[in-house]
Amino acid sequence: MSRTGLLDALEAEAIEIVRETAAAFDRPVMLYSIGKDSGVMLHIAHKAFAPAPIPFPLMHVDTTWKFAAMIRFRDEIAKHYGVDLIVHTNQQGVADDITPFTAGTQEYTRVMKTVALREALDQYGFDAALGGSRRDEERSRAKERIFSLRLPGHRWEPRAQRPEMWHTYNTRLTEGQTMRVFPLSNWTELDVWQYTRREGIPVVPLYFAAERPVVSRDGALIMVDDERFPLRDGETPELRLIRFRSLGCYPLCAAVESPAATVDDLIEELITTRLSERAGRLIDGEKSASMEAKKVEGYF
Amino acid sequence: MAGLLRIVTCGSVDDGKSTLIGRLLAETLSVPEDVLEAARWTRRSGSIIPAGEVDFSLLTDGLEAEREQGITIDVAYRHLDLQNGLRAIIADAPGHEQYTRNMAVAASTADVAILLVDAARGVRTQTFRHLYICALMGVKTVIVAINKMDAIGFDEAAYRGLAERVGESAAKVGIERLLTLPVSALDGDFVTSRSAAAPWYDGGTLLELLRSIEVADRSRSPHFRLPVQLVLRAAGNYRGYAGTVLSGGIRVGDEVTVGRTGVSARVAGISVAASEAQEARAGQAIAMTLDREIDCARGDLLVQQGEARVPNDRFAAELVWLSEQPLARGRTYELVSGPLRIPATVTGIRDRVDVESGHRHAARDLAINEIGRVEIATDAPIMLDEYARVRDTGAFLLVNRGTGDSVGAGLMLHDLRRGSNVHAQAFDSDRAGRSVALGHASKVLWFTGLPGSGKSTIANAVERELNERGIHTYILDGDNIRLGLNKDLGFTPEDRAENVRRVGEVARLMADAGLMVLVCLVSPYRGDRDAVRARFAPGEFLEIHVDTPLDVCRERDPKGLYRRAAQGAIPNMTGVGQDYEAPLSAELVVTGVGAPGPIAHTIVAEVLP
Repeated sequence: MSRTGLLDALEAEAIEIVRETAAAFDRPVMLYSIGKDSGVMLHIAHKAFAPAPIPFPLMHVDTTWKFAAMIRFRDEIAKHYGVDLIVHTNQQGVADDITPFTAGTQEYTRVMKTVALREALDQYGFDAALGGSRRDEERSRAKERIFSLRLPGHRWEPRAQRPEMWHTYNTRLTEGQTMRVFPLSNWTELDVWQYTRREGIPVVPLYFAAERPVVSRDGALIMVDDERFPLRDGETPELRLIRFRSLGCYPLCAAVESPAATVDDLIEELITTRLSERAGRLIDGEKSASMEAKKVEGYF
Repeated sequence: MAGLLRIVTCGSVDDGKSTLIGRLLAETLSVPEDVLEAARWTRRSGSIIPAGEVDFSLLTDGLEAEREQGITIDVAYRHLDLQNGLRAIIADAPGHEQYTRNMAVAASTADVAILLVDAARGVRTQTFRHLYICALMGVKTVIVAINKMDAIGFDEAAYRGLAERVGESAAKVGIERLLTLPVSALDGDFVTSRSAAAPWYDGGTLLELLRSIEVADRSRSPHFRLPVQLVLRAAGNYRGYAGTVLSGGIRVGDEVTVGRTGVSARVAGISVAASEAQEARAGQAIAMTLDREIDCARGDLLVQQGEARVPNDRFAAELVWLSEQPLARGRTYELVSGPLRIPATVTGIRDRVDVESGHRHAARDLAINEIGRVEIATDAPIMLDEYARVRDTGAFLLVNRGTGDSVGAGLMLHDLRRGSNVHAQAFDSDRAGRSVALGHASKVLWFTGLPGSGKSTIANAVERELNERGIHTYILDGDNIRLGLNKDLGFTPEDRAENVRRVGEVARLMADAGLMVLVCLVSPYRGDRDAVRARFAPGEFLEIHVDTPLDVCRERDPKGLYRRAAQGAIPNMTGVGQDYEAPLSAELVVTGVGAPGPIAHTIVAEVLP
């Protein structure tokens, strides 16, 4: 088995899962976070149904704090793949001024991401949501299924998971249950980049090194993406050669100093550095099991 | 096409399994640096590993929910970098006695198993169980890692003795290929690096043995199998049958046959992951166009022409029971195999296997973690493969239609043809004709509810009102039938299932005769009622839930049942010792409180539109 064989196998498995989701559920949706994993998942959906169009909409849960470059990219990519795009924001959260600067990371994430997602799924009546999460991202994912059941209220109950055997997925839902589906479960970060290169999948330029204005806070480099960023006394943004390994809300994403300016550079860098990508995410840190806690509440 | 190597691990924490896997992950750089760093400085209470050294067992540590509740979630999936550009996925199932089902789940996709034997404790009954399940699920190669060799001073004679005993068991259950090696997970000997501790061992390390395993290449199978997941339609009359090839290969120009209908067509075009191709093979996600329009939909199986067997609706299977609620004969489930979904009834339980000896014993039920042979009847003929021939299209899940849970994992053994001599006899006058003669349609009104809820009282009032309108009726009352037809049945869940099934069949005959049938039966289990419903056309079976509060039923107690149950005289009394599963989508819910007349009137209004 070569590296090509590995990517082919991962691609085939993901296509099978995406097709199964489209066929087995009444109202599936694909969650689109604008990141590299979402990009791969969307590309795979395109391949899964070609020459027919992608039979479900894309949905982006917009916290209003994404990098501006991400939003521009999102709108272009939806046109590129000819897919319907739904953008949902928790308006109550906006009205209550819940921002990364006013509310604390946990509360902000709960209101603008977890609650927003639950709200959106309920509002549109989606019964299955495809997401780009991988098992190598975080340890609670090792125990989560590819077709992962959510109980009424979008709760994840680790003990109520269905066994996954052979190529047979139990997609049956009872009243109030929904499904989260992870077609990239068995991919690693390196697979994602190698596949992105092989297929020429467009990605947000923020993944590549450029001089960008940043401030250093508590050891993390945070990009000053717009004028809403409240600078502390004595802080002046300075231009540094940075890039991002993982994209989300700009005040919560730590940049890495890196000269990797192309996908090739980036793959080379990944092979030599071995830090987990979520190390740069400020929302997981507080305690090691915090992702699991968020999932139990309904976070993706 | 080769995929990821899939590994199942068998053994318990006591055998040093988490330490072995943790070390394998760490030494192959399969774990990120920061996670490894955390395992250097975090400690479980009571740990004796000095801070600063990696506690390998922490790398496979599970969820907070597991640590807090002291439980283990069934299966964890982890990446293993084989350090030669290839990768494996380890399906790690907890290995205590009661986890037969978890091991079966993890083994269902595995190419190879790593089986741990604790050198200090020797071969135990669980070793045989692990080998048995591997053989059953079709795992061809087993690597036996004899661990804790450090504890016995890498004693060669002891190692050879253990290896021989495991070899005998493996031969008995039919494992094709067995590889054995000594390891010390604690010290790291022979995990990824060789060691001077056992100069007498000249085989490979665990990592080397894993690298030597070939991913099962199903494309070499002569049996082409494409389960159709969906039919893609696009401009230009495009109709692509999309799915993943699970076995064998196919070329443009070959003839393929739909298993269900036996109808064939020629392959006009193939696309593999959206790129045009001349051929496709196992492991690829494809879409195929045919040279003519045929009846082929999601759930159908496309096979090479000449390979289609006559579809059958009865077969024997080996079943691994996954659910806390035991399997009872007569229950109807949804059978799921890839994209195929069809109602299926377990019509017989033949035996149960003792997985610690391989012996089989007659059985009437299967409890969780038990494995046995059963007979299954599907609602329509389907084409399943024999599991030993084609693994992925010979496997299925049984799903509880009420809860959605996967309750059984089945491996198809062979078709049953015994029933093929019994054909449904057709008569000239059918039900529609009788309905015209009688002047009304026939239906079954199924009254379900707790004892004392008022089912018979209400049914009686409904019957009177129907008769007044000239409608021919009959009441099938649970108690009366138990005095005759069903006097051989008790009140265990399986006898209740059979009771409901028989009453359902009698009701069906009576409805066929043209009668409006009123059934009064506690029928506490949703699955049993749904099985009866499945025997009728939509609209013919109306479930009426007589939803009377338990307090009221107990207060009424027309037959003194609640009183006797309270004294312990009736252990299986519904509402007292056994649960009542209320309908989720009854056609009608009435409260059995108040005068029966108005309630009956509501029901009749519903029944006679």
